[in-house]
This record gives sequence, C-alpha cells and structure tokens, in this order.
Amino acid sequence: MPSMKVGLFVPCYIDQFYPQVAIATLQLLQKLGCDVVVPLEQTCCGQPLANSGFSKLTKGCEKNFVANFAGVDYVVAPSGSCVLHIKEHLPDGKSPSLSTHIRSTIYELTEFLTDVLKVEKLEAYFPYKVGFHNSCHGQRGLGLSSMTELNMPGFSKPAMLLGMVDGIQVQLPERQDECCGFGGTFCVFEEAVSVKMGKDRIREHQSNEVDVITGCDVSCLMHLEGLLKRQGSKIRVMHIAEILNCQ
Amino acid sequence: MKKKHAELAEVFNADESMTDWHDETLWWIRQKRDRSAHNIPEWEQLRQWASDIKAHTLSNLDYYLEEFERNAIANGIKVHWARDAAEHNAIIAGIIRENGVSRVVKSKSMLTEECHLNDHLKDLGIEVVDTDLGERIVQLRDEPPSHIVLPAIHLKKEEVSKTFHQKLGTELGNHDPVYLTSAARDHLRERFIEAELAITGVNFAVANTGEFVVCTNEGNADMGAHLAKVHIAAMGIEKLIPSQKHLGVFTRLLARSATGQPITAYTSHFRTPARGRAIHIVLVDNGRSRLLGQEDFRNSLKCIRCGACFNTCPVYRRSGGHSYHTAIAGPIGSILSPNLDLKANADLPFASTLCGSCSNVCPVKINIHEQLWKWRQVIADKKQFGLFKRLSMRVTATVLSSPFVYRITGRMARWVLRNWPAMINRKSINPWYKQREMPEAPKESFREWYVKNGQL
Ligand code: SF4
Repeated sequence: MPSMKVGLFVPCYIDQFYPQVAIATLQLLQKLGCDVVVPLEQTCCGQPLANSGFSKLTKGCEKNFVANFAGVDYVVAPSGSCVLHIKEHLPDGKSPSLSTHIRSTIYELTEFLTDVLKVEKLEAYFPYKVGFHNSCHGQRGLGLSSMTELNMPGFSKPAMLLGMVDGIQVQLPERQDECCGFGGTFCVFEEAVSVKMGKDRIREHQSNEVDVITGCDVSCLMHLEGLLKRQGSKIRVMHIAEILNCQ
Repeated sequence: MKKKHAELAEVFNADESMTDWHDETLWWIRQKRDRSAHNIPEWEQLRQWASDIKAHTLSNLDYYLEEFERNAIANGIKVHWARDAAEHNAIIAGIIRENGVSRVVKSKSMLTEECHLNDHLKDLGIEVVDTDLGERIVQLRDEPPSHIVLPAIHLKKEEVSKTFHQKLGTELGNHDPVYLTSAARDHLRERFIEAELAITGVNFAVANTGEFVVCTNEGNADMGAHLAKVHIAAMGIEKLIPSQKHLGVFTRLLARSATGQPITAYTSHFRTPARGRAIHIVLVDNGRSRLLGQEDFRNSLKCIRCGACFNTCPVYRRSGGHSYHTAIAGPIGSILSPNLDLKANADLPFASTLCGSCSNVCPVKINIHEQLWKWRQVIADKKQFGLFKRLSMRVTATVLSSPFVYRITGRMARWVLRNWPAMINRKSINPWYKQREMPEAPKESFREWYVKNGQL
C-alpha cells in the first residue's frame, strides 16, 4: 500500500487530560502503515464555542486548524464529535480550497480504519468484557453505525473493529444508542439532567457486568468515568484506540 | 423572572423514581413507534415524501391558502384569518358571542394552547371544557399539558385519582384506570350534551377540496362537533397539504410516529356543515410567516405534531414537559418557542445535547438538532447571555486561538488539578464536580510526550 500522509488531530482535552488515547491512536495508525504527522501548533477545533452559540468567535481556532493541517492527505482524530464539527462547520475563510479539502478528508479514527484503510485484521488482544457506548455525533452525525430510529440494515464500524480483537467480549447496552448526557457545556449548564442521563447509561453497563466501557469519543467517556469514580465502581473507561492498540 | 429549563429540570429530577418512571413510560412508546415504523419497508421513503410534500406546500403557501379558502367557502365553511394569538382569541370569542353561547367543548388543539385561548374565554365568563381525557385531567388541575400528544404523561394514575376525587367526587384511593376513565367519560358526556359550540384543532387541511381532517383516538372531537350547532376549527397556516392524494402519506406516518398505532382510531373529514349548522375555520399565523421567511428555521413548519421527538429525546424524558415553560415542549418546541419570544425562551435551544435522535425519528425529516444549533448562534448574536458567559467565551476563544497561550493554560490547569484539587473540586463553584469526579491530570500533555518520544 502506498504510504499516505495522515495528520493526527488531537482534540485539546485529549491532549491535556488523556494523552494515552492520542498515543494509542498514533501507534495504531503507524502499525497500519500510515505516515503520521503531528502538527505541533494545533489547539482546538472550536466546537465548544460554536455549540454554545459563539461560532463567531471561532475564527482563530479555524485559521490555526487550517494552517496546521494544510499539507496532509487525511486528517484523522480519535473523536467523532470534533470531526463532525469540522466536517459541518469549518468555514471557507481565506483559503476555500484548503478548507474544502479538510472537510472532505477528515475522518474519525474507526471510520478511517474501516473505510479508507479497509482494515480486515488486527494484531490485538484484550481479554475483557467490554461495554460499547455509541456516541451520538459519531453515530448519527458521521454514520459510524446504524441508528435504532431509522429503518436501515444494521452495521457498526467500531463493533466490526472490536470484533477483530482476540479475547474480547463485546456487549451493547439495551438502549443501544441513547445519549450519555455529556453534550459539551450541557454537562455543566444542565447538570441535573446530564448526570441523570449518564447514571442511566452506566447502570445498563453495570447490569451487564462489564469490565470496561469503551467508545469513540473521550468526552462521553470522561463524563461516564467521572460518575463511575464517584460511585466507587470498578468499571474502567478506555477509548477504542487503546483497545485496538492493546497487545 | 421565569424559571429556566435547567432549574425546572433539577426540580423534576429531585424525585428520581418519578424521573425513572417518566423516562421508561416514554421510552416504551418510542419502542412501540420503532416496531411499527420498522414493519413498513418503505418507511424512510414515506418520510422523504412527507418532507418533500411539505417543502413544496410551504414554498407555495400563499397559493394553497387561497385555494383552500376558495374551496372551503364554496363548501359553506366560514373562513377567518388571524395574524396573531390576540386576533385568534378575539375571533373565536366573537363567534361564541354571536351565537349567544356560554358553554363550549374543545378538543385536540395545541394551537389554542399556544394562544392561551382558555384563559381569554374564562376572563369573558365563557366555560370551556377540554374533552380529551389527558387534557381534561390537566385542566382540572389548572396545569398546562406537558406533552402535545400525551398531555398528562407527567402524572401517575394515583395522582389522577386524587384529582378526580377532589374535582369529580370519585372514590378516594381508587386508582383503577378503568374506573377513573369511566368516571371521566360520564362527566364529559354531560358536558358534550350541554355544549352548544365545539372547538377542535386541525391535523391536515386539503387545499383542493377545502376540507379539513382531525385525527383522534377518543372520538371526542367528533362527538363535540356532531352534537354542537357550531363547530370552530383553529388551524395554523402550516397544516395545509395540496390535495387528498397526499393525505395517505401523512396518516400512515402520524399515528405510527406518535404512539406506534397503524392509524388513529378516528380520522374525521369535515367538509360541509350539516343543515342548520355552521363550521368556522380560523387560519392562524402567529409567527409562522416569520419562520417561513427564515431559511434556517423554515423546515420547522413541516411539523405534524406527532410528538415522536419528545418521546425519543433523552432530555425531555428526564426533565418533563413543564420544564420547557411553553405550550409546546420538547425538541420541536425548543425551535418554535424562540420564534415567539426570543428573550423568554433563550434557554430552550440549550436544553439539548444535540444528539440528533429527534431528527431521526421525525416523520417529516425536520433537521431539529441542526436548528437548535442555529438558534444558539442567533441567541449569542443577539446578546441574550449574561456578561459573565460572554466574557468567558471570549477568553476561551483567545486561549484556543494561540497555540502558545493554549499550552501554558493547559499546563497550569493540569498543575492546579494535580497539586491543588481543592481549588477546583468544590461543588458550589464547579457543577461538574457535584456528582462526578474530575478527570485525572497527567504530568505530560500528549504534545509534551510526542516532542520527547514521538519522532524517534
Ligand atoms: S418535529 Fe417531527 S417528530 Fe417532532 S412533533 Fe413535529 S413532526 Fe413529530
């Protein structure tokens, strides 16, 4: 396979609080033969501002984003939510062709693995019972898997990849694709509902007696982790990249 | 000042078992909806047709409204036009007065809720009785409906029993739904017989025939309209469809989306008044043409009020209809209400995680979550936020625009979290921390790790 130049986009909160997720993503992409570049001046996609209504304040983020990811074939990020934001809302700004290129070649990690790299097998081993959390922006926004509301054939790109991991036992919760309640600033401005949604999500995974909850968005996992820890639960959260990269 | 969604939702959540019950009841309806929608192979095609028919109608609304008016008048229906809620209320009160009537029955109309007709008529000394069971329950409790299809879904049968005992004299402590329903039925029968005038809503109005269609499960709209001498139908101007052949698309979608039924028990067509009787129709704008004029929000006029977006919304299920403090709650209400009063309803587009489930269930494919996102931009532009939020967003934008400042800030934040967690971990200042632990702060950011180890 000709080596393709992949720009690794590490969302700001992953960079600061979950570096292991970015490391796993980097290693996984390298293992699969990609030439990965990590632009060192990257910051944030601007989604937290835009989702709060302040898309007028995101110009700086956008300019910086385009400058960092101008020269790559693909941009890949371990976050469905940030990828969706760029895809839907990155304006043309002063460099329309660069922006168009980025919007059409930015991928969430699992969709990049299945749709572009067309991965069919992985050298991964993870002998645990894993609950999968479908994050809304990845699932409904990017179409990473089928959605229960729609009358469509079932599929799931992340589940397909998890299926290539040795020793794993994957378990979907009963409400397969209900939102966990993170929702960006929703988690603080609507604290009560956000927490209740999260508690209901983890309860289903707890009743399935999983060891780990995984998903394609660290933001959702961070919210669930915060609740699990407060409850003193033994269940850990891990981003899907960490599991796919586990040997 | 009116309480905001987040505050009201917190009150709702104080009784967790009630929240669970509300959530599970509505989820059960969502599952019924799924089963019946997934049983129809062409479901997604139907949604597309419905959306397209509505788009076509909306872009030719003036033409179809005039066509409808012409045909309705030819059928003997009296047509009235109302610019806003006040005109709507005045027209209806006028018709009631002209007919010298003091007792009115009403059924299936969220529009009259939107216009606060009941209060208006009450002030004029006219008695209005809502005849849908759920509507009657909330009316007896002096509450607004909490759901457009299931108005009393926030109440358990024990609560209903208490209300009926107080207001209708039913047996104290008898919670049997059959007993309660039949008590309500007897009570309502009397009102139907006494009523001289009936008000109903309209589900669909057909331009090429001048008829209108009312869909119900209880048959009460028909009972009211057939017993009373005068029938007033109140209709939002967006309820129009071009011709009868389009109707089937919507009747197939409506009940399935609402409750998972294949069709409502009654789908009644009203076309010509019977001899000696009168039918009036009030065509109401009340902000609708303003929505029509805004491309970003025009699609919301496709809504057929099935309530599916309520039942699927994980926020609605856990905050209850009253937390939306408007006649139409839920995701679609959060789009429609800012159009009616931006200031009073600026919190509603934020009562969502933008998960997108609403847009997926919507039978007319309204891009609900995208419109919520767009309202947020309008609200920020119109400075509907406090100074603190605006300033903090500005600071965030500055930090994130500069790689250097971003790195320093990140490092400081991690340092504080590691070495001085008490600074952040205070429930009074950090809503995250109230019921959740903060993420652990690593010594190194990914970038720091990468600079050291990445490019070996
Ligand atoms: S927005 Fe769509 S789902 Fe919601 S009530 Fe209207 S038609 Fe039904």
